[in-house]
Amino acid sequence: MPLGTRSKRRPPLPLLGVGVGYVAILVVLPILVLVADGLKLGLTAFFKALTAPEALYALRLTLVLAVFIAAVDAVTGTVTAYVLARYRFPGKSLVNAMVDLPVAIPTVVTGLMLVALYGPASLAGQFLGRHGLQVIFAKPGIILALLYVTFPFVVRSVQPVVQELSRDQEEAAETLGASRWVTFKRVILPALRPALLAGTTLSFSRALGEFGSVVIVAGNIPMKTQVAPVYIYGEIESYDPAGAISVSVVLLLASLLAIFALRRFKRSGSSDA
Amino acid sequence: MPEASVPSYGAWHFGPDRWRHRTVTAATLAWFAVLTLVPVGALAKAALMGGWAPFRALAASPDARHAFILTILATAASVLLNGVFGLVLAVLLARYEFPGKAILDALLDMPFAISPVVAGFMLLLLLGPKGLLGHFFEAAGVHVVFAIPGIILATLFVSLPFVVREVVPVLKEVGLEQEEAAQTLGAGPWTTFRRVTFPAIRWGLAYGVSLTAARALGEFGAVLVVSGNIIGRTQTTTLFINQEFADFHFEGAYCAALVLALASMLLLLGMEAAKRFAKGTS
Repeated sequence: MPLGTRSKRRPPLPLLGVGVGYVAILVVLPILVLVADGLKLGLTAFFKALTAPEALYALRLTLVLAVFIAAVDAVTGTVTAYVLARYRFPGKSLVNAMVDLPVAIPTVVTGLMLVALYGPASLAGQFLGRHGLQVIFAKPGIILALLYVTFPFVVRSVQPVVQELSRDQEEAAETLGASRWVTFKRVILPALRPALLAGTTLSFSRALGEFGSVVIVAGNIPMKTQVAPVYIYGEIESYDPAGAISVSVVLLLASLLAIFALRRFKRSGSSDA
Repeated sequence: MPEASVPSYGAWHFGPDRWRHRTVTAATLAWFAVLTLVPVGALAKAALMGGWAPFRALAASPDARHAFILTILATAASVLLNGVFGLVLAVLLARYEFPGKAILDALLDMPFAISPVVAGFMLLLLLGPKGLLGHFFEAAGVHVVFAIPGIILATLFVSLPFVVREVVPVLKEVGLEQEEAAQTLGAGPWTTFRRVTFPAIRWGLAYGVSLTAARALGEFGAVLVVSGNIIGRTQTTTLFINQEFADFHFEGAYCAALVLALASMLLLLGMEAAKRFAKGTS
């Protein structure tokens, strides 16, 4: 079988060298330097910097927010993907295109949009402020920013799977007397699971690392509204390498874990198909 | 295609179900609109409140002009370099087998997964005056961090995966047959690529390039850390917007943000066009 043997062929050395070299310089080398600088600190200094109250608070806040955002995205993203894949309504192709908007819009612009909408000078901001809800320079602002930037991930991950899903099984379940909810839980959800997990992981890791939109809306008050990436930036600005390195290493490990999880979900998705 | 094969509920169900579907659709659209579209409207309103004057002031400001030029430069460099190297990497991943391929593939997800601040900080550690490579450059008198090369490197890092991720599936889908036919007919590898492979993947490539440009245009965290944020020298448009906001020049911030938002929406339109062309040709 010539096709099989052809697809197993070895790459020409120059091509391999150029590709691997580019990734090595641009991605691998910086990661290694961060890890090396982390090791150079020594364990005591590393954990001392990591357990500074501001660092711990920032990490905890970031983690809690990322879990919350991923959970919300999992639900709303699945429903949106389902509606886009199955229902017909006027303006659907426009909505479908707009789902990518949060990915295309620069994060700083996202932050400013939320300030324009909910800031103290805006109508909505004044209304909410009168009812005791401060959005901008407070945690609700961070949540809105993270929901905005992570919105497309679950939708774009789940939507193609819903489109591929045949209606036969759902109809069979319904004919056999299963309720809407049971059909969803027992027939649709298992088929969507790998894609849903992959999309949720993307949302989670983006929420962990998001900076531009959050730095604008959060106010960045240590121990109140300062997330981990903003904390790192502050430490860099104030020439405290230990603080920046230790929290960066933690975020780096989280990203590596997310990549690892993502690959597993994707593989389980393709083997199911 | 899928819309034709999957009967839509609108035509299928009557009675209470129809209202259920309408409610779910309306709720979804409302969530989507409140979350993503209303803020765009709020920004446009805030930016246009002062008429054209703030835009004219923006165009006349040397710092703003410098920032816009720097953003265009970094975006062009990313599109060019990540376009070429992204194609090379996509061909490697889609067409060849080699040891460590899975690791290379996973490494290409890194720029998506890592915080831009951490990305910038890693480059700062590597290329800063005391860094592993930095002191070589420093000895040679080349400034990388707190200068334009650092800005370009940071932008390259964050926008690396897009072309690869868009082109690999297209290459796999196109398959090898036509390329092999061309080579059997005596075409060299370069001619085969130019005449057979490239035309087949060009819309996928166009989509990847638009994503690269959108990401490069909007990059903030990594550039902020690497560039030193020097007004009029190493400030890109996103950094300029941030500066205006921090200095309470809200008008300038809103106007520059609207310009950037419009540019990224144009790119989004380009992506949609590329997607449509890709479907049309396959």
